[in-house]
Amino acid sequence: MNGNPVNGSDVTGPASTGPGAAGEAPAGPSGFLKDPTPAAPATAVPAERPATAPAAIEAARGGDDLVKVTDLRVHFPVSKGALIPRKIGAVRAVDGLSFTIRRGETLGLVGESGSGKSTTGRAIARLLEPTGGTVEFDGRDITHLSSGKMRPLRRNIQMIFQDPYTSLNPRHTVGSIVAAPLKIAAELSGDGVKARVRELMELVGLSPEHLSRYPHEFSGGQRQRIGIARALATGPKLVIADEPVSALDVSVRAQVVNLLGDLQSELGLTYLFIAHDLSVVRHISDRVAVMYLGTIVEMADRAGMYEHPLHPYTHALLSAVPVPDPAKQHRRERILLRGDPPTPLNPPSGCRFHPRCWKAEEVCGTVEPQLVEIQPGHLAACHFPEERELV
Amino acid sequence: MTTQPEGDAGAAAAVAEPAHLRVNDLRVTFGTDDGEVRAVAGLSFGVQRGRTLGIVGESGSGKSAASLAIMGLQRGKRTTVSGEILLAGENLVTASAERVRRMRGQEMAMIFQDPLSSMHPYYTIGDQIIEAYRVHNDVSRKAARARAIEMLDRVGIPDPSRRVSNYPHEFSGGMRQRAMIAMALSCDPSLLIADEPTTALDVTVQAQILDLLRDLQKEFHSAIIIITHDLGVVAEISDEVLVMYAGNAIEHGSVQEIFSAPQHPYTWGLLSSITRLDRTRADRLRTVPGNPPSLIAVPPGCPFHPRCQYAELTGGLSRTVHPPLETVSPGHRVACHLAPETRTRIFREEVAPTL
Repeated sequence: MNGNPVNGSDVTGPASTGPGAAGEAPAGPSGFLKDPTPAAPATAVPAERPATAPAAIEAARGGDDLVKVTDLRVHFPVSKGALIPRKIGAVRAVDGLSFTIRRGETLGLVGESGSGKSTTGRAIARLLEPTGGTVEFDGRDITHLSSGKMRPLRRNIQMIFQDPYTSLNPRHTVGSIVAAPLKIAAELSGDGVKARVRELMELVGLSPEHLSRYPHEFSGGQRQRIGIARALATGPKLVIADEPVSALDVSVRAQVVNLLGDLQSELGLTYLFIAHDLSVVRHISDRVAVMYLGTIVEMADRAGMYEHPLHPYTHALLSAVPVPDPAKQHRRERILLRGDPPTPLNPPSGCRFHPRCWKAEEVCGTVEPQLVEIQPGHLAACHFPEERELV
Repeated sequence: MTTQPEGDAGAAAAVAEPAHLRVNDLRVTFGTDDGEVRAVAGLSFGVQRGRTLGIVGESGSGKSAASLAIMGLQRGKRTTVSGEILLAGENLVTASAERVRRMRGQEMAMIFQDPLSSMHPYYTIGDQIIEAYRVHNDVSRKAARARAIEMLDRVGIPDPSRRVSNYPHEFSGGMRQRAMIAMALSCDPSLLIADEPTTALDVTVQAQILDLLRDLQKEFHSAIIIITHDLGVVAEISDEVLVMYAGNAIEHGSVQEIFSAPQHPYTWGLLSSITRLDRTRADRLRTVPGNPPSLIAVPPGCPFHPRCQYAELTGGLSRTVHPPLETVSPGHRVACHLAPETRTRIFREEVAPTL
């Protein structure tokens, strides 16, 4: 389904255009029309959907922030019962995020599986409709725009996906994959599209002779380049890259990381870089946000995050990543967390990290800490933040 | 006979003791419609009990094919395995399938990357461990169940007497990997092969599993081969490292040597192309140009030469002659045509400053 992120209404597929999207009345008493798949958190049916999106107010454009996210929430309802499904709860995948992405910067979003980082990316790209909060893009509120209203904006927000094997349609040639966004945008003539596609192929380091080939004829790294070319076709302002290099081999990964960096300086792109690999994020990001169970626990510039992190979860995360230097690695302080991350279906009270935190005190179990600025530009959501050197 | 504390004695000790697993000139080829895939092309190495060998390489370097061959799991009609695989002196390549089957599980065990697809979804975790244990041990079901619970407890599954009746899907990823380790170790094998055991796991869980493997090795004194592409994991857990490229070992040495004085240009490429947690690198990473070769058409001569920026310094040798894996210092072997002094100089002057 990820075949073509530009084609807005298609790409969301079962996620938000399923029967639920229309049938799910705001807090309906018993959603008869709901997708009967039991307890599938991936069934992204927005819990509430205002009848009409509030007309996006053209806020004063400009400013430094390209994206402004305020108290973003994405909840996926969980229902039980095959015949008469009833809502038994919600997976709170993203639960109250606020952050901004400045023009031209790379914001790294890290976290373990289930932390909600991918859902955040998809909500900002409006492949999902947020349950609550707002997403502003370039000064415009896009939180609840209909897919029709969203379509002209999509050229500005593009995604690169993790798996270069499943995100390209195997039955389309590379040329038609890269040309698809241009055809949807319908600004260029046929010849114009061809010229632009060749230009894009060269931009990402592929030979234009490859245009008539199919994805299976390419290696993983080359496919990821094709995915990047497609994302850049419409000249986006924001590129949301969801684990773009995780599936690639070491030497090829470095090539793609370099390419992303080159393209950013060449085209002035803004990146939201979603990854679980903390070392890649260190390399590529200007600022980094760490997510845990749907919330941001710490946000700082790169140096602050890696050299003196404040939140205990960040400490544990950084200390768990082995460094490729045996002497150093054996000297490093290791914080071993017990257990697995809890489920976002029923997050712990107070600070979500408190059941696994070695510093937790009574207050941590009752009061949810707010993300506050502790040092200039360095925010943490912890009752007992503390600087520590771990890498 | 204790585990080397993070292998200070390293390679020197490695030479003294006979290897528990000895692989000599292992070759694995698959016949395909497109031609013959030479997945492993003349691999030789040894591992002692109580030590961990890390095998590093990119996809298609033959690391998994080699480990499956060691386990005797490469016996398809179109697959040929040749060379010697000596486990405690017994050659597994010539042994009967039945004999290898008996040894598998008992003497050698393997854990895989994805525990969800390597466990049977229809049977409980306990049943699967019990079955594996009873195949090799003549014990009652009850005794095998007690053993399963004991092993689950040993690998850190909470409440094992209840969890033993759970199905794989009821476990989290980390717990499934623990359960698979419990299954692999239930018969106390002397050789454990772990193929990307932590790749599918989150980093905090990965740290737990690596710790567990290290503890268990101390307790069971087994030889471990860990296959991974993550150089951090290798640095963390291995005593020795074998770097593979296009079906061959191109460098083999103690973990300290490989990371502080690597000699092969491909190893340099790997080390300088990774992003690092512990430092901010220059804006652009130094990369190895191109892609790993197809194993159907491996380049002649040194298989790395088309991607090697120092290939010209060998006077054309790298294009025609396959370099043998030669010992450069005790316990450190390299397959490269560059003169040793040239390699040392290039590493010191050009590569080390970029790491």
